[in-house]
Amino acid sequence: MTTVQEHAPNPAAGDPGRPIGYGRIQRKEDPRFVRGKGNYLDDIVLPGMLHGAVLRAPVAHARLVSIDTTAALAHPKVLAVITGKDLQALNLAWAPTLSADVQAVLVTDKVRFQGQEVAFVVAEDRYAARDALELIDVEYDVLPPVIDARRAMDADAPVIRDDIEGRTDNRIFDWEMGDAAETEAVFAAADVVVSQEVVYPRVHPAPMETCGAVADFDPVDGRLTLYETTQAPHAHRTLYAMVAGIPEHKIRVVSPDIGGGFGNKVGIYPGYVLAVVGSIVTGRPVKWVEDRSENLMSTSFARDYIMQGEIAATKEGKILAVRTSVLADHGAFNATAQPTKNPAGFFSIFTGSYDLKAAYCKVRGVYTNKAPGGVAYACSFRVTEAVYLVERMVDILARKLEMDPAELRLKNFIRPEQFPYANKTGWVYDSGNYEPAMRLSMQMAGYDELRREQLEKRDRGELMGIGVAFFTETVGAGPRKHFDIVGLGMADGAELRVHPTGKAVVRISVQSQGQGHETTFAQIVAEELGIPPESIDVVHGDTDQTPFGLGTYGSRSTPVSGGAVALVARKVREKAKFIAAAMLEARPEDLEWEKGRWFVKGDPGVGKTIAEIALGAHGTVALPEGIDGNLDAEVTYDPPNLTFPFGAYICVVDVDAGTGAVKVRRFIAVDDCGTRINPMIIEGQVHGGLTDGVGMALMEIIAFDEDGNCLSGSFMDYLIPTAMEVPDWETGYTVTPSPHHPIGAKGIGESATVGSPPAIVNAIVDALAPYGVTHMDMPCTPARVWEAMQGRPRPPV
Amino acid sequence: MQISMKVNGNDVTRDIEPRVLLVHFIREELGLTGTHWGCDTTNCGTCVVLMDGQPVKSCTVLAVMADGHEIRTVEGLAADGTLDPVQQGFMEEHGLQCGFCTPGMMLTARALLDRNPHPDAAEIREAISGQICRCTGYATIVRSVQWAAAHPLAKDPAADDGAAGASTAEEVTA
Repeated sequence: MTTVQEHAPNPAAGDPGRPIGYGRIQRKEDPRFVRGKGNYLDDIVLPGMLHGAVLRAPVAHARLVSIDTTAALAHPKVLAVITGKDLQALNLAWAPTLSADVQAVLVTDKVRFQGQEVAFVVAEDRYAARDALELIDVEYDVLPPVIDARRAMDADAPVIRDDIEGRTDNRIFDWEMGDAAETEAVFAAADVVVSQEVVYPRVHPAPMETCGAVADFDPVDGRLTLYETTQAPHAHRTLYAMVAGIPEHKIRVVSPDIGGGFGNKVGIYPGYVLAVVGSIVTGRPVKWVEDRSENLMSTSFARDYIMQGEIAATKEGKILAVRTSVLADHGAFNATAQPTKNPAGFFSIFTGSYDLKAAYCKVRGVYTNKAPGGVAYACSFRVTEAVYLVERMVDILARKLEMDPAELRLKNFIRPEQFPYANKTGWVYDSGNYEPAMRLSMQMAGYDELRREQLEKRDRGELMGIGVAFFTETVGAGPRKHFDIVGLGMADGAELRVHPTGKAVVRISVQSQGQGHETTFAQIVAEELGIPPESIDVVHGDTDQTPFGLGTYGSRSTPVSGGAVALVARKVREKAKFIAAAMLEARPEDLEWEKGRWFVKGDPGVGKTIAEIALGAHGTVALPEGIDGNLDAEVTYDPPNLTFPFGAYICVVDVDAGTGAVKVRRFIAVDDCGTRINPMIIEGQVHGGLTDGVGMALMEIIAFDEDGNCLSGSFMDYLIPTAMEVPDWETGYTVTPSPHHPIGAKGIGESATVGSPPAIVNAIVDALAPYGVTHMDMPCTPARVWEAMQGRPRPPV
Repeated sequence: MQISMKVNGNDVTRDIEPRVLLVHFIREELGLTGTHWGCDTTNCGTCVVLMDGQPVKSCTVLAVMADGHEIRTVEGLAADGTLDPVQQGFMEEHGLQCGFCTPGMMLTARALLDRNPHPDAAEIREAISGQICRCTGYATIVRSVQWAAAHPLAKDPAADDGAAGASTAEEVTA
């Protein structure tokens, strides 16, 4: 049987943590999905639509000598073959990335990673387009590649980005946060210092639906309709306008149902641009959908951080400081999708959940001959790497001090009265109450009993491990003054209309990839206005239909757009007061709100429901000056701070001493995402993230050979957990609302992906303690675990 | 070459290239886009349909191999406007998020319940172990199938010999 424990909310959190907006209701999007009536990108068929396919480079680093497209063009079903030279003529061969770099749309000079886009065929059908790829003759002059990021800055390393004038090495950036001198002083005086290289290998979000686009350019009025698998339709439209020179009002970006995103669908990929060019060239709609190998080999990967971690503490176990030096492999182009001023994302939250005296990190980003990307896979802008590092280091410290890892964490948590808490790298944690979450997870796990069982098993030579991890995220970017993407402030809009009969439509700027926005955002409006969720439509994913905003990633939908929706509903509620007052011939200040209606103070029988007020707004009652005749409103929400969800995770593993195979036996996850909306959806988000964690900890890696061949270009090589590799998740929660968010919500989309890998690896290392293992890098495959047991642990890269 | 098969109870006949994959035939020839495609290597199971009641991955079945067989897709799960218990179960127990793997998962679940009306959790996990879901973490899928097992329809739509209400794409009716 599935066992899921839902525990009573944390009583210390004040309000008992009631979920808002009718709580656990079924999702509004499900009826179409279970009938097979979703509308995903590849389901779109336009009249006269053509199909595009991309020819990709077979090698990682090579001069492009020549491309002969004659035979491909002669194919009876081929309408166009586009090369880099053609794009140069349109000034589209290179496109700006989201990180102040440029990326080749098609190769003009040099191939920089295996799988890079070389040519684009447009044909009558998808089979013909693929056939024609084989008719293109390309000559390459192969160059030595840079594959190991550790060698990228060697004096003799080939310069990958010789397209950038004056470039003589492969350095992208050096970035630091925290006070180096202060941290050094704390380290120098500390009783105990431990250090460890911790590698977070390159992984891939690999959503079930790959990326694709359907471009439909109308040459008569110059209007582009672009259907895309994008998590950020508005940001894409603005960027297309900036880059392609098509006026923004002539571009409509539609993001249909998305088959999973996880950060893979934030950036603008060459394939999207090529579909647009194909449509302009042929005058017909062009569909491009990548295959799985293209998705794994060329679209945004995640992580690839080599971290030198250090932690300083007193001998009694008071953690004093953390410090790290990171080598970040960004691939061939710096195309990370993150706030522009944060080249390492929010990695500086690597101070974790602990009250420290000092912290310092420096990150160096380098180019290698690998696919670009780096910020994806539910990472909350590198919080994933940060949490993994600090939670591994705390565990290594616990081993050194011979302390229980849960006790060490409890001893060092930021205390509830310290919030809002300014950490040593510039973040102000909004709220937190860590100990109850940790204690709840230990209680659910039966922690002491597990430790006893572990001792007994060790006596019998059986390897059982218990891993603890506690994380604090920083999500919901963000205040516009601090966070932007290529100059676009990270705010989000919402428009709400209450129709004359009291039904409503709310239009939002974020885009669901499965998170259930059509349900959750209706529930927020329902909470604020008392209109039932089934009477509220949520419109998203179409730039012609929705207000501007930056989209869904970094767990920002509920923290930012959710705030916008709550505030727009309150604006409507306030407007409704004036209309109700006019209808009741009362003074607005004499009215009082209860869910769904305004009534006269002291005379509850006299009032008007939202539906009555909506009809009144559109009716014949004389409205006060300044109140126009509708019950509509719009807002753009600029959050005053980020939100800081947290959680306590405990993992129990059994390791087969003969084979090194790891079985995740139990996983206990206690999450605090502030105010809860739909507990069913929250639980689903957590479960999905925990599964990501099992994937990364045990099996997922995008690996390369020394020539730069991607060894993980299909689901036969890039392993993802199935139902057989994951346990029945055990979830619990506490509720510590965000003090600044309109409804106190903090976001939950990435918590489990962030928090689970360290819990699992900590459990594995704990299991291997009898072998003297203090650290091993992911993925903990049987072979790698076995090597660690033999005293030969290997970094994955 | 010409092939004929029964799809969701409707006879279809088409002239196709021998190399056309069944998933493309279903999606593009018949317009039944509820069947998805995810990997090309028989790993992800997003494309699962039932062939003569057995789950098959339609990305690695040629359409010509389905000649003379019966195919059932997600559009054929509901009967006469009544959802299959599996469909209801997925909604009740949050067995789906993005919905992309869902049709394949539901068809495998239907085939499982047809041969084993009361599977335990381990049997459900094994049945769906050839399919990948990136969103749910599987536990809610297991619960969804358990919900369906606990709420069987009085009349089993699978035994209905294809009176399924899937003929929305009019092309399907040959």
